[in-house]
Amino acid sequence: MTLQFAVSPDHNAAQLAPWFIFNTLLQQSLGRPCHLAAETNFDSLRKVLDASAIDIIYANAFDTAFLVREKGFLPVARGTGRSDEALVAVRPSHPARTAHDFVAPLKIAATDAPDVEMIGRILLEPSGIGPSDIEIIRCPNYVLVAKTLISANADAGFFLAESFDNLSHLVRRELRDVVRSKIYVIRHAWLIAPWLAELRTALLSVLMGMTKDEPGRALLAELGQPGGWEEMTSEDAEFMIDLMSTLV
Amino acid sequence: MLRDITPDDIAGPGIPHTLRYFDGTTRNVVVTSIETPFPSGELIVSQTDPKGIITMCNEAFVRMSGYSREELLGAPHHILRHPDMPAAAFEDLWKTILSGKKWHGYVKNLRKDGGFYWVYATIVPNIRNKMITGYTSVRREPDRRKVEEYARLYAAMLLDQRSFL
Ligand SMILES: Cc1cc2nc3c(=O)[nH]c(=O)nc-3n(C[C@H](O)[C@H](O)[C@H](O)COP(=O)(O)O)c2cc1C
Repeated sequence: MTLQFAVSPDHNAAQLAPWFIFNTLLQQSLGRPCHLAAETNFDSLRKVLDASAIDIIYANAFDTAFLVREKGFLPVARGTGRSDEALVAVRPSHPARTAHDFVAPLKIAATDAPDVEMIGRILLEPSGIGPSDIEIIRCPNYVLVAKTLISANADAGFFLAESFDNLSHLVRRELRDVVRSKIYVIRHAWLIAPWLAELRTALLSVLMGMTKDEPGRALLAELGQPGGWEEMTSEDAEFMIDLMSTLV
Repeated sequence: MLRDITPDDIAGPGIPHTLRYFDGTTRNVVVTSIETPFPSGELIVSQTDPKGIITMCNEAFVRMSGYSREELLGAPHHILRHPDMPAAAFEDLWKTILSGKKWHGYVKNLRKDGGFYWVYATIVPNIRNKMITGYTSVRREPDRRKVEEYARLYAAMLLDQRSFL
């Protein structure tokens, strides 16, 4: 049977090609046909996850919580030295200098990434900004979040810190980050379905093996994960999920 | 037994207090009016066993408390209890988490140097194989207006608590 493999939309949007190469590596190493289910937004991904139609996934922390706690998925690995941090940015002329300076109501440009939005909202709490003070302007990607902000169609923007730092110099110049999260423990994770538990060790060794040869290292760099992967135990995942549950 | 906080531990003048904990033990502390601001964008995280003994804490927790990690691990979580916090706030905390539910609240914490810091804390039970194996507490930066509101409320609760004793 063909294994269905998915990648969190915020990690495949800009770079689907290396994930297809990874899919080939996965097929060769596991000796099983694999199919990359290229879901490009979190809603459509959640539908296939709900239907138990995915066997292996590189998931964000929200989907990890759902898959581990509700569907019994097993954690396998996570990126070494890379955490999912968020930030709140404004136009350079905006008066806010710190997390205390925002004034309600706020129009905020954001993608559909739920972890970034959750952290973004927490970063605004010191200003006394609550859920009802925020109107979200949904954008398909971070370049469009930046554009919405620059064209003054929003007061602030929620960004994945890594995506903000990777915006072009020209775009970055038109924006200023006011507050950034330093949470360290919220990370994407490799998970495998409970009905494939016997493949967990094989998947872990495919992932861990990638730093061992040049093609593997090149692919890791293209996937934005030059440090490779490290094992994620069940308690690592449970700890992250408990922490997330204090933030929602 | 927790070590006392003495005038030698603090910077400048302070006010002495005797804390009486729920387990019947006491601790003499000296408190100052020096506030340490919450580190922007960070979370202060700790985990305890089912009895509230600290089993894990992150770097922000160590930094904000003023203690070393070695002093914190194995200590009861009331090592951070500030005399301005009313006992009723913690009764509500324990009642909530013992029943397996999530607790939120504003807390004024005591540093090793007698100073303080305010947090907005959320505590969740760690449920593994249907059993509570411990608790995780995550503190984030509070809104100042809420801190002022709770400082007034806690002061009133303390007055009430003392007149009752
Ligand atoms: C996970 C967890 C975190 C806690 N964090 C704090 C804290 O930051 N500050 C504090 O004063 N009490 C905290 N407590 C409550 C203490 O255990 C204790 O109830 C409180 O300090 C009052 O002391 P007493 O109950 O021994 O009288 C925490 C409890 C748990 C289970």
